[in-house]
Amino acid sequence: MSTISSTTIGTISSTMNPTAIKESDMPEADPKKAPIERPADTVIEEGKTVGIPFSDDPKFQLRNVEVFYGEAPAIKNISLDIARNEVVAFIGPSGCGKSTFLRCLNRMNDSIDSCRIKGSLQLDGQDIYDPKRDVVELRARVGMVFQKPNPFPKSIYDNVAYGPRIHGLANRKSDLDDIVENSLRKAGLWNEAKDRLDAMATGMSGGQQQRLCIARAIAVSPEVVLMDEPCSALDPIATARIEELIAELSESYTIVIVTHSMQQAARVSNRTAYFHLGHLVEVNDTSKVFTMPEHELTESYITGRFG
Amino acid sequence: MQTADLLPLILVLAAVAYGFAYMRSRSVAAPLGGIRNLKALPAYYAARAALWCAIPALVILGTWAAFEGKVIQDIVMASLPAELAPQSAGHASLTLSQISNLAAGKLDPAMVPDGISGAAALLQELREQSSRFKALLVILISVLGGAFAWTRVAPHINARKSVERTLQRLFFVCAAVAILTTIGIVFSVIFETVRFFGKVPMSEFLFGTSWSPQTALRADQIGSEGAFGIIPLFTGTLMISAIALLIAVPVGLLSAVYLSEYASRPVRAVVKPLLEMLAGVPTVVYGFFAALTVAPFIRDLALMLGLEASSQSALAAGLVMGIMIIPFVSSLSDDVINAVPRTLRDGSLALGATQSETMKNVIFPAALPGIMGGILLAASRAIGETMIVVMAAGLAANLTANPLDSVTTVTVQIVTLLTGDQEFDSAKTLAAFALGMMLFIVTLLLNVIALKVVRKYREQYD
Repeated sequence: MSTISSTTIGTISSTMNPTAIKESDMPEADPKKAPIERPADTVIEEGKTVGIPFSDDPKFQLRNVEVFYGEAPAIKNISLDIARNEVVAFIGPSGCGKSTFLRCLNRMNDSIDSCRIKGSLQLDGQDIYDPKRDVVELRARVGMVFQKPNPFPKSIYDNVAYGPRIHGLANRKSDLDDIVENSLRKAGLWNEAKDRLDAMATGMSGGQQQRLCIARAIAVSPEVVLMDEPCSALDPIATARIEELIAELSESYTIVIVTHSMQQAARVSNRTAYFHLGHLVEVNDTSKVFTMPEHELTESYITGRFG
Repeated sequence: MQTADLLPLILVLAAVAYGFAYMRSRSVAAPLGGIRNLKALPAYYAARAALWCAIPALVILGTWAAFEGKVIQDIVMASLPAELAPQSAGHASLTLSQISNLAAGKLDPAMVPDGISGAAALLQELREQSSRFKALLVILISVLGGAFAWTRVAPHINARKSVERTLQRLFFVCAAVAILTTIGIVFSVIFETVRFFGKVPMSEFLFGTSWSPQTALRADQIGSEGAFGIIPLFTGTLMISAIALLIAVPVGLLSAVYLSEYASRPVRAVVKPLLEMLAGVPTVVYGFFAALTVAPFIRDLALMLGLEASSQSALAAGLVMGIMIIPFVSSLSDDVINAVPRTLRDGSLALGATQSETMKNVIFPAALPGIMGGILLAASRAIGETMIVVMAAGLAANLTANPLDSVTTVTVQIVTLLTGDQEFDSAKTLAAFALGMMLFIVTLLLNVIALKVVRKYREQYD
């Protein structure tokens, strides 16, 4: 508790000084507690990210991104590159904007009326938010796996075949069968599912459902897979299988994963981005983030001091 | 005192018992160091006292009121002199009404025999006695009950349990009232239906193709034998309902899709209540609209196209009925579409599906059971609807498949059979009950199917 740098304590305790504010107005303002609760207010400079946020071979090039829900800012001036075929983990405390930022990458925020996005977001040099851009084509290239397994209430086969059918990827039934089989194999689900392709997907276990959702996402051959806390609803064994799967998939896909588990981020990702209250505080090689973080907030978070 | 005066009195007594028991429980608790040393909160002791005060008294009052009239009647009839004693049931009820009219002062005593006026005096006296005893007994029971509960306010007695138990029974009674009413309706219809089938064979009723229920009232009257085939009525009902559903299902469903998936929040806030207002328009107003606006319009249109059309047509009634039941489909469908989890929508959109593909492939199948429920509710409503059909489709029981012809429905025939002068034992009147029974069975089957459908698919997503 006492390891916060003395400069931080100095700035905060001066603003929180009970003698400056009437006691009756802020009865709970305890100068001993305040600096640990909100060290962020004084130490983040907007738009300033420490570490290595940029890449020479970017898949996504994101510059000065700001997101608002109504008037409230959720993402404050973030710039980041996501390189080809790398696994990037987004970590940070709840409500820090990492899921919001992830959903900007395939325009899943479009369906939220109050959401506004500023800045430049490019996929392979093309603007994602260009009004002329076909969002269907974008989402076919940038697939997504959600926090809660969300198989459609259809058969296992129909779940995987859903995307290929929509995008017309198969001309014949046998082509579609091949796509389904390959996707399930890549998702490590083929051996469990091959004998019951016609069974309802909702009857599978949570871990199987999540792997099915991954199979469904890769069935349309995306270039990027976004994963929004894909293991938070799963037990450790199912989580381990998904993590193995991410490692295999990283050979052919760019993967961005939001996670609350720092061990998971450390295990699966090449680079880790630490978000705090809508700011991107630090981006570095994962090994560096978890051994020698450059920013004191990152250090506080990964050592479990808050969040 | 009349029953109507006793009811508020019991409530007042119960309130008084509540107050006394509440105060007593507090004063019992005070020396022990506060109400936390009681087994139950003061409100429970008070509620128990109120229940003790009200329920036995109400039971006594109800029982007395139920049997009072019959018992007094029997005593009065038994008191009649032998020459006035009634010979038949009809005669007995005539005598009885004479007596009670005399007692009420509606009849001049000079116009009836002496025995009758004696009986009237007896009736008057018995009624007064009964009323006095009833009031006395009820108040006594009520006060005793309250006093008993008051003495039972003690720290070691748990009033919570008995109050909970009583409330549980009360809820059961409420549920039972609804069920018993349904059973009562069914039985009242069944008995008349059985009598009807004693006059008209069931096969003729179910498979006859001609409906003309006019029968001779007197033996010497010239009249038809009457034909009681329900096929033309059911085809008429089915045709009008089918037309109504053909309008309501697509329009209602698509407007539900618009409201839940495409409309912005302000638009939805205005459009949804407006659409639901359609269900609030009285059916008789729809009837005007159908008879005065839609039916002539359809006739003119048909004439222009060189078709023969009657001024009352199944099409007009069906169209207007369809508009009437749109909100049943749209409102329920909108609710179930909204209930489909957001994660399913997101899952489909994230795969690159468009909004309409998502709707068609994911949301609609997931919401299907609820949508089916809404449609079946609308269908039950269409089958049971009467007023629009009376006004717009006519009374002629034509067996036809032409929607421009005038037809009639089961409910309309029930109305015409039971309005105006009639004798209650003719086949014509009894036919109304048989029709009601058939309609009941059909709508019951629809409801059972609807429940089955909903139950079968209910757990599809989660």
